[in-house]
Amino acid sequence: MILARIVGTVVATRKDPRLVSNKLLIARPMDPHGKAEGSYLVAVDTVDAGVGETVLIVSGSSARMASGMKDCPVDAAIVGIVDTVDVAVGD
Amino acid sequence: MQLAKVIGDVVVTRKDENLTGVTLLVLQPLAADGSPIGRTLVAVDAVGAGVGETVFFVRGKEASFPFYPTEVPTDAGVVGIVDHWDLG
Repeated sequence: MILARIVGTVVATRKDPRLVSNKLLIARPMDPHGKAEGSYLVAVDTVDAGVGETVLIVSGSSARMASGMKDCPVDAAIVGIVDTVDVAVGD
Repeated sequence: MQLAKVIGDVVVTRKDENLTGVTLLVLQPLAADGSPIGRTLVAVDAVGAGVGETVFFVRGKEASFPFYPTEVPTDAGVVGIVDHWDLG
């Protein structure tokens, strides 16, 4: 799983029927210290996250194991809103 | 599977219900010589690992298998704590 910050939302009218009523958010992956890294991605939201929040994203086929995502065409799902990240000093 | 060092942990209150009670660790993957390689990631813990320990972890849907039959939504999971390793 990766840490990411929510930076935007996606509105899509025409889409796969199994994506109807799912919220799509734009996320920017980040390292544990909060520094952005890698490219933006679109993730389906299962925990009611919002812009500016730090979240936990599960990728690949595991994204379909998120709540309500069974058999949905997704490869990235937001499964948690991060309170804190503790990283040992020096790493 | 891949070697990694546990460098931290993540606290998540609002989360998928199947992640309840699961420890989330920040991992730094390691090369064979023990040096850091690649990006850090967050993994679920299936063996009781802690910060500072060297572990090995599995990527993909298999990371949720230790919690079967609960379908934990994860793509990375710690499945072993390394005592030591040797290169031939």
